[in-house]
Amino acid sequence: MREQLVLLDNVVFKYDGQEHNAVDHVSFDVFKGEWLAIVGHNGSGKSTLAKLLNGLQFPLEGKIIVNGMELSEESVWDVRKRIGMVFQNPDNQFVGTTVQDDVAFGLENAGIEPEIMRERVKNALKRVKMDQFLNQEPHHLSGGQKQRVAIAGVLALQPDIIILDEATSMLDPRGREEVLETVRELKEENVLTVISITHDLEEAAKADRMIVMNQGTVYRNGTPREIFQLEEELISLGLDIPFSIKLAKSLRENGVEIEDRQLTDGELVKELCELNSRM
Amino acid sequence: MMEKMIFGRYVPAESPLHRMDPRSKLLMVFFFVCIVFLANNTMTYVILGIFTLVLIILSKIPFRFLYNGLKPVFWLILFTLFLHVFFTKEGEVLYSIAGLDIYEGGVRQGLFISLRFTYLILITSLLTLTTTPISITDGMEQLLNPFKKLKMPVHELALMMSISLRFIPTIMEETDKIMKAQAARGVDFSSGPIKDRIKSIVPLLVPLFVSAFKRAEELAIAMEARGYRGGEGRTKYRRLRWQTVDSLLIVSLLAVTVLLVIFRT
Ligand SMILES: Nc1ncnc2c1ncn2[C@@H]1O[C@H](COP(=O)(O)OP(=O)(O)O)[C@@H](O)[C@H]1O
Ligand SMILES: [Mg+2]
Repeated sequence: MREQLVLLDNVVFKYDGQEHNAVDHVSFDVFKGEWLAIVGHNGSGKSTLAKLLNGLQFPLEGKIIVNGMELSEESVWDVRKRIGMVFQNPDNQFVGTTVQDDVAFGLENAGIEPEIMRERVKNALKRVKMDQFLNQEPHHLSGGQKQRVAIAGVLALQPDIIILDEATSMLDPRGREEVLETVRELKEENVLTVISITHDLEEAAKADRMIVMNQGTVYRNGTPREIFQLEEELISLGLDIPFSIKLAKSLRENGVEIEDRQLTDGELVKELCELNSRM
Repeated sequence: MMEKMIFGRYVPAESPLHRMDPRSKLLMVFFFVCIVFLANNTMTYVILGIFTLVLIILSKIPFRFLYNGLKPVFWLILFTLFLHVFFTKEGEVLYSIAGLDIYEGGVRQGLFISLRFTYLILITSLLTLTTTPISITDGMEQLLNPFKKLKMPVHELALMMSISLRFIPTIMEETDKIMKAQAARGVDFSSGPIKDRIKSIVPLLVPLFVSAFKRAEELAIAMEARGYRGGEGRTKYRRLRWQTVDSLLIVSLLAVTVLLVIFRT
């Protein structure tokens, strides 16, 4: 049985002065150890959802339960220790003057003893392969490196869940791969449950589960395979489908017999190679 | 350019002065600024000079860097010197040129005041040359800690300073980028009448401010998400360590004070 880690029950949220609910009766759960991708057009409420999960905003209606704790003004500090967040802009979340100071920031806030802090900072930086850069200043780091430091900052607090809110969208392809690879490794080691808000559909295709947001509501919730079946529907929501799926579809329309739906480039290449060897 | 002004100040090296606690160095500067006014004759100025020289040698800072610190105020020092030489009328007349009498007291007074200036600048430069800006911030926070009881927002001030230090290079880079973007659109920052040049600053400042506010907002959210809730119950990653050398520095400064009191007239 899958262990439930987060539960959202009919959550409603509206910003002051806005007409529509930014998040409108949203319910879903997140299970331990999974990689959940949340996709949706700009303004569909993804970031608001992330902020609700972290107690940066509180729902007007409904409830959020994290790790058995209902999110409230009292429990919010404990919840924040369980959920770490990495934001979009690598610069605007780097608080410390050097790499190690930045990783320590969350630990300082939690009142951890300095001796333990040193240990944890080093470990966390080793985990994201940034331990060579302890004293580096942020303006000497690449975007991908800064995001890895941000992940280390989250890891140091030993959370259960990490939320990436478009954490790779400002990075070049190499930085993006660096960051995703890091998160993937952490997830494999079973230390983290990942909620990744993303526009990168190739990345979403590799998730265990996907949620499609549309105008503040959950439009669909399912495996990437199920979601990408929707094709035209997704496009009408302002989303795209991964290149591999598009290609497979055109191939099929043109009479090439490929079997299943291929989600990633790798899968498609493999399928085509097999097809080639059969011919 | 600005970056050099602010960050180029610290000169990394292995020296006793570098290893000292920023608190002792800050206290030393504060003390020194007070006792420099005790000196009023040759002997006392020599004592202060020896103290400064010993610190310079201990710091292992190449003289070039100290000279750079003195350069901007060189003219000011020269100006005070001449002011005293020509207008203080004390003691014997040493020399007369073109109807202007130069008095012995004027020369002495001028030299003393210039020396006082030089000492003060050397000592403060030694602080910034041997201590990273972030250490200075940490040291100030610790020293001002007692003032928390008087509701002085010590932690907040220190955090503000360290965040400013952190963002100066980022904002510099951004300024550079915007300037280039505007220059590519034909804005001329470096020539033309002053009025036009000031006008061309506006399209630079507006995007810069907009982005700075956006940064501030995002940073605040990121800090909150990482559990920041003010200085209460917070621990410090960087720990300051008061060592024997730090006590030695303060003791030697007290000794200098005693000598000054004895030898001043
Ligand atoms: N700070 C805010 N104040 C007012 N409205 C906001 C604020 N942030 C977001 N919104 C509105 O809430 C809706 C959802 O935004 P957001 O959660 O940021 O979407 P997404 O991250 O999916 O692009 C949008 O309509 C947006 O205009
Ligand atoms: Mg968003």
